[in-house]
Amino acid sequence: MTPDTRSAALQARLLLLLLLAPALLWLLGLIVLPHVELALLSLRSRVAPRVYEFSLRQFGTFFGEPLYWHTFVRTAVISIVATACTLLLAFPIAWTVAKLARGRQRALLFMLCMIPFWVSETVRTLGWTILLRESGVLPALLVWAGLTPAPPELLYHDATILVGLVYTSLLFMVVPLIGALDSLDDSLIEAAYNLGGSGPSILRRIVIPHAAPGIVAGCIVVFMLTLGNYLTPTLLGGKNSLWFTEQIYTQFITRFNWEQGAAFGFLLLILSTLIVWLGLKLSGQRFGDVMRRT
Amino acid sequence: MSFEVARGSFFSILGPSGCGKTTLLRMIAGFTEPDAGDIVIGGRSMRGVAPNRRPVNMVFQHLALFPMMNVGENVAYGLTQRGVARAEIIRRVGQMLERVGLTGAQAKRVDQLSGGQKQRVAIARSLVLEPTLLLLDEPLGALDLKLREHMKIELKQLQAAFGTTFVYITHDQSEALVLSDQVAVMNRGGFEQLGSPQALYYEPKTPFVAGFVGANNRFAGRATAVDGGRVTLASDAGLVLHARASDRIAVGDAVEAFVRPEIASLARDEAELPADLPRYRGQVESLLFDGASSAVLLREAVSQSEIRIALPQTGRFADLRVGESVAFGFDPQRAVCFAAPA
Repeated sequence: MTPDTRSAALQARLLLLLLLAPALLWLLGLIVLPHVELALLSLRSRVAPRVYEFSLRQFGTFFGEPLYWHTFVRTAVISIVATACTLLLAFPIAWTVAKLARGRQRALLFMLCMIPFWVSETVRTLGWTILLRESGVLPALLVWAGLTPAPPELLYHDATILVGLVYTSLLFMVVPLIGALDSLDDSLIEAAYNLGGSGPSILRRIVIPHAAPGIVAGCIVVFMLTLGNYLTPTLLGGKNSLWFTEQIYTQFITRFNWEQGAAFGFLLLILSTLIVWLGLKLSGQRFGDVMRRT
Repeated sequence: MSFEVARGSFFSILGPSGCGKTTLLRMIAGFTEPDAGDIVIGGRSMRGVAPNRRPVNMVFQHLALFPMMNVGENVAYGLTQRGVARAEIIRRVGQMLERVGLTGAQAKRVDQLSGGQKQRVAIARSLVLEPTLLLLDEPLGALDLKLREHMKIELKQLQAAFGTTFVYITHDQSEALVLSDQVAVMNRGGFEQLGSPQALYYEPKTPFVAGFVGANNRFAGRATAVDGGRVTLASDAGLVLHARASDRIAVGDAVEAFVRPEIASLARDEAELPADLPRYRGQVESLLFDGASSAVLLREAVSQSEIRIALPQTGRFADLRVGESVAFGFDPQRAVCFAAPA
């Protein structure tokens, strides 16, 4: 290597570092530092005013109090179910946009998926409340149609939370799926059909293996958004939604028990990491491949 | 349009891009339903029969091998769909790969194969199902020239070895001529002519076929004399030539004559040309060296029309220079004349 090319390489390296600097600063300042602080918080307990010592008491509380780990498991299960429902619902939509629609129609369909996201999440979720509450539109319609004698309360059920979560997450599943299905050559489907393949077998052997990185990418994003969602479960599930983010909120804001809140936050982080890792292992996808598709 | 393809033959559909040949092929495969008419394969009407139920398999333009499967799984796909037993599938896939010269390639990934090997896998994947008809949609289009020449021969040998009926579509006239028993020349959604490669080349029935199949010199003008089967054509530029009439032509009609580069003979001295042929003089405009198919581009002395003449293989004109004046002539019986299309 001549000194010239060496200095050029150095320059390119410096430039790359400079371009990455904002992202790195953001990562360090807003993600890493607070988490270090949270980790320290979660591992100490107050023994006297302004006197703290190392302790695992917060984590002990979590396992000792059934309500906490009950909420924890429940949040994980509902998030997984919501992710699965979102995938099932988003797949036909993505298929229509990527494979069936052409030109303007395609842009229009994509717009239709986007439009709800122009409205703030709070307003959107409150919209659901207006539709579903006892004196709301849907119960009134049910009574009018003679299906029930009195308006039913449709809010504050697990199913309601699920509907809200799926609705909020749909776009984040549709976008990576469209990308994945778009890159699938139509002639592969035709070839499989020509060789005697039936619809379900083509889906299973050609379409899903091709779209797998996109599917997994969408699932990871949706799962993380759902698990960490606070607004939708609180508004649609009310007091008995029992969502884990609410427990964290309560500890930090209501109880002013930052140590407990920090421990819960860490447990949620471990949970999401564990489930994403498990999902990748089960689907046989590599994290790098999946991230390239998002 | 109506045509029949004999069992076990190699049938090509030749036409420029956009002439409808892919649409025709997709109708045979069942991806497109014809608005009217019927397709009968092995005595069975194909109306309303889905593509996965037809005794037809297709080799796609870009082959469409399944990248998520290895070579063995690609070839086995159709058999698996038919519910053939596992052991039987393994045996037949092995046998088929052996026949296409890819013995033991089952575990290879598709992207590890060369262009020619991919081609063979695509054909094996179809032929393992023993179709009545194999459709090939310009499968050589994406290959480079050298490989294309090689695969042409290989395709012909494969077809002869398997005895399956091949319907091949291409825009490359040399592929169609080399490979086929029968060629249909297609233009603007219809067949111009259907016949053996020799018939298309030597006895084109329409000006389009004459211009599309093989190299040809085209001259447009009016018929000034008609003598039996022989027409005298005078072009606007003043070139007068004689050619065999392909259809009914009357004096004064607008006509088109086609002269193949290889029927004209070239001489430095006019006296060397056969005495009974009409003779012309021309100046060498450019030399088109292309090995065995080298030619020379001449500008005819009277009319300044351009004409392409093949150089003989004897090397007699190897020292020909641009600007040199030469004589040429051709047998009017071997040139063909059509009434100009309205």
